Amino acid sequence: MNLLLAVLTPFLGAILVAWVSRFGRSHAAWAAGGVALAALVWLLPLVSAPFAGATLVQRIAWMPAAGLDLAFRLDGLGLLFAGLILGIGLLVILYARYYLSERDSMGRLYAYLLLFMGAMLGVVLSENLIQLLMFWELTSLSSFLLIAYWREREQARQGARMALAVTGAGGLALLGGILLLGEITGSYELSVVLASGDVIRAHPLYLPTLVLVLLGAFTKSAQFPFHFWLPHAMAAPTPVSAYLHSATMVKAGVFLLARLFPALSGTPEWTWLVGGVGLLTLLIGAFTALFKHDLKGLLAYSTISHLGLITLLFGIGTPLAAVAGVFHIINHAIFKASLFMAAGIIDHETGTRDMRRINGLWQFMPYTATLAMVAAAAMAGVPLVNGFLSKEMFFAEAVGMATQMRLGWLLPVAVTVAGIFAVAYSLRFVHDVFFNGQPIDLPRTPHEPPRWMKVPVEVLVLLCLLVGIFPAQTVEPILAVAAASVLQGPLPRHDLAIWHGFSPALWMSVIALVGGVLLYGARRPLYAWHARYEEYLDARLVYDALLRALLAFARGVTRLFDAGSLQRMLFLFLSFALLLGWIGWRGGAAALTGPRALLPVDGVSLLAACALIAASIAVVALHRRRFTALVLIGVVGLVVSLIFVKFSAPDLALTQLSVEVVTVVLLLLALYFLPQHTPAESHPMRRSRDAVLSLLVGGGVGALAWAVLTRPYTSMGDYFLANSVSGGGGGNVVNVILVDFRGFDTLGEITVLALAGLAIYAMLEKLRLDGPLNDAEGRAWNRDMHPAIMASFTRLLLPLALLVSLFILLRGHNQPGGGFIAGLVTAVALIMQYLANGVEWTHSRLPGNMHPIIATGLAIATLTGLGSLLLGYPFLTSTFGHLHWPLVGDFELASAMAFDLGVYLVVVGATLQILIHLGLLHGKTGDALTFGKGGLQ
Amino acid sequence: MEALIALSIGVLTACGVYLALRGRTFPMVLGLTFLSYAVNLFLFSMGRLGIGQPPVIRAAATAYADPVPQALVLTAIVIGFAMTAFVIVLALKARAELGNDHVDGLDES
Repeated sequence: MNLLLAVLTPFLGAILVAWVSRFGRSHAAWAAGGVALAALVWLLPLVSAPFAGATLVQRIAWMPAAGLDLAFRLDGLGLLFAGLILGIGLLVILYARYYLSERDSMGRLYAYLLLFMGAMLGVVLSENLIQLLMFWELTSLSSFLLIAYWREREQARQGARMALAVTGAGGLALLGGILLLGEITGSYELSVVLASGDVIRAHPLYLPTLVLVLLGAFTKSAQFPFHFWLPHAMAAPTPVSAYLHSATMVKAGVFLLARLFPALSGTPEWTWLVGGVGLLTLLIGAFTALFKHDLKGLLAYSTISHLGLITLLFGIGTPLAAVAGVFHIINHAIFKASLFMAAGIIDHETGTRDMRRINGLWQFMPYTATLAMVAAAAMAGVPLVNGFLSKEMFFAEAVGMATQMRLGWLLPVAVTVAGIFAVAYSLRFVHDVFFNGQPIDLPRTPHEPPRWMKVPVEVLVLLCLLVGIFPAQTVEPILAVAAASVLQGPLPRHDLAIWHGFSPALWMSVIALVGGVLLYGARRPLYAWHARYEEYLDARLVYDALLRALLAFARGVTRLFDAGSLQRMLFLFLSFALLLGWIGWRGGAAALTGPRALLPVDGVSLLAACALIAASIAVVALHRRRFTALVLIGVVGLVVSLIFVKFSAPDLALTQLSVEVVTVVLLLLALYFLPQHTPAESHPMRRSRDAVLSLLVGGGVGALAWAVLTRPYTSMGDYFLANSVSGGGGGNVVNVILVDFRGFDTLGEITVLALAGLAIYAMLEKLRLDGPLNDAEGRAWNRDMHPAIMASFTRLLLPLALLVSLFILLRGHNQPGGGFIAGLVTAVALIMQYLANGVEWTHSRLPGNMHPIIATGLAIATLTGLGSLLLGYPFLTSTFGHLHWPLVGDFELASAMAFDLGVYLVVVGATLQILIHLGLLHGKTGDALTFGKGGLQ
Repeated sequence: MEALIALSIGVLTACGVYLALRGRTFPMVLGLTFLSYAVNLFLFSMGRLGIGQPPVIRAAATAYADPVPQALVLTAIVIGFAMTAFVIVLALKARAELGNDHVDGLDES
């Protein structure tokens, strides 16, 4: 449970922090820090297990039937990353408190940061690969929010979009890779996947799997050619850059390489793909970093280069290289986070990040300068600082690789060149910013930052030194367990010492240091040379061109099918449906008519069918005269309900009849605001084309109905018929299905109904429409007051109608009826009052606001369901008992009837809501006509 | 009798499709109403036709109609009403905002 809690804590904490931030900026910071600490506290009792060499797996059954569990895993690698995420996270939270200005929302930043922290913890602590991918995508989403934190800035929005597009696409590829892994190994559990490396490597799908997984890892870790999103993500606030773009998120990619190392590595494909991309990224990043005048730009490219270094180490693939890779992950996280924080301080104090203007800051902030210089030394790989150790191991591995293959000597040369550039850009970071003359035209006069803003940097720099000087005492234990869990096997002998004697690696370090200094000395001609070619070297240009092409292609496809005409779309849609139906029919060999015995035709049915067909054709023929068409369609609806009566569906007949009434009233109300006639605008050709299509579609559907009706079948209905009384306590099986067996569906349906009511309310609220003063023939509307006889009768009828609807509601469980029908009957009875007596009269006697009724109905229905949950049964389980009422006799009471009451209230509320507000529209239109006063004659 | 029902469903569908292909909102709504009649009847007929066998448990009954399609169609009728109401109000809104009642919001006249 602890692992689940540790992952969930930041997610819940995000909500807490967003709320707390209203009480003050420091409150938000304290809350965020508290949340990160709480997550750490959940992990603490488990820490001993990985150090004892055990892998802790905790699972919570979720859908055991489908083999889906929430599964978390804590081993050395997971522990290392969780420690980095939470530790650096805490420092970043402290730092951000002082970094953000008064204008920026504290709560929003912390809430996003915690969301990200939770997602990242989820990635590193997942045992199930699908679950890992979900958290992986969450990191993309939360980093999108963080990069776009200053959402009013165009750059921030663009950077966020680019990061999301690249990492999101990578996530998609990773999903494919994970699915393939699951197919190959038969399991999505890491324990299984890691143990079946031989099976995976021998499988024919190994290469596609590898490429897809690597696409995910490379996009996330900003590897060439996907590296360009990272510099653009620097539009984020600096604490975010320090956290996401150096210490944690970009490390998710290399984490994945490390995680799946035992399963995927050890083949030439792995070496060439991972090693090649790593080497290219290492070189390109280091080269570009030197030429960035933006402080954060330099650090961003340096990060890309270091990520390439780590990738290359995993690509080399020897156990010792993997150890070095893990070691460099730790070191890079520590020194790069502190460098970003130092860059943030400089930006904060000077108001700019342009190194051509920031010079000579040593005189203003010597203390910060000292801290930054130590961290920069680590970045360059200077002895006595942590970066040196892992870089030496890296150089040694490169030399070891040189003897393995043809042209192998190129590798040590290339990495030494990268080392030279690393020293040069680190030197630039120190020299250009803190020395190099006087500052030029700074927006602010710099001085040392607030005390607590320096603390996180101090902590990290201290760690750089401690690890650099006493590696065996500080970092060795965690490195050992983390590397062991990467390798899933015995650890190679490695020696974390500063002095290894005069090895080739030492000479490479020396060459890098000397060469870097010389290179930096020759910087001015180099900058000028680079400036000439800079515009051709931006990978973003390719990205933009690709994006533009993609959008143009999408637009072209859309334009091809969608000319903005509903008629055309419908025509295409129906034609294709017809075509597919025809193809399907041709493919089968069955006869149209089945063997089922048919019912004989009787005279009344024949007459009714003729009426239905005649009325339908009349509607079509007369559809331009809209009012006539509306009256005729009422006839059709009536016959449809008669069909339900005839064929043993009393509930349907009642529902259809009452819906028919409200539909006609609704259409009448709406017709008032629409033209009374439809102009004859379609070309005769088009009309005949449409007629042919509709005849074909109608014929097809009719034939299908015939084919089904003449065939025997078995139904699940028998189960409901057999269990309705014993299981649901009601004799009306249709109603028992609705409120009991399939109650969850019904709950969804009444929710839809309520939403439709609300949406219509929202659309009508601001609507102003002018109704016509005359009818279509030019006659003025009849301005009679409400007919006296009708008014009196409806008032008399109201109690009776309500009584009938109550009766229908109560008996619905055993006899035809129920909440839907009763609700419609009540609505009709109340609508009648509006029609006969006018809006004002009715409004003064009935509540006009239907929202509470709808809400109450939904609440009753939901609470009935929750009630059973409370008693330990599944949602919406019903119970029933018999009650003996004097005079009435035996009475059956089921909890499902309360649910039906909810249905009833929602139906009444939503129906009235729709009709009353449409009616009120008539009152708003300016002329004296109101709902029911004139109506349509 | 089955032929009669199949024919009715076919006619309702054909009328619905023809009206739905018209260019103004009101006939379109009428067409949708037709189509929901047709769909409801079609769904209902999946339980086959039976006379005098309502699915209400009685001691004397020998056979019952299939209750499942009936339960489906009952809610479909009510939701169909909500949908019709929504579409017609949308048509009103479109008329108010665009000044005409063409389905594509453009008026040639």
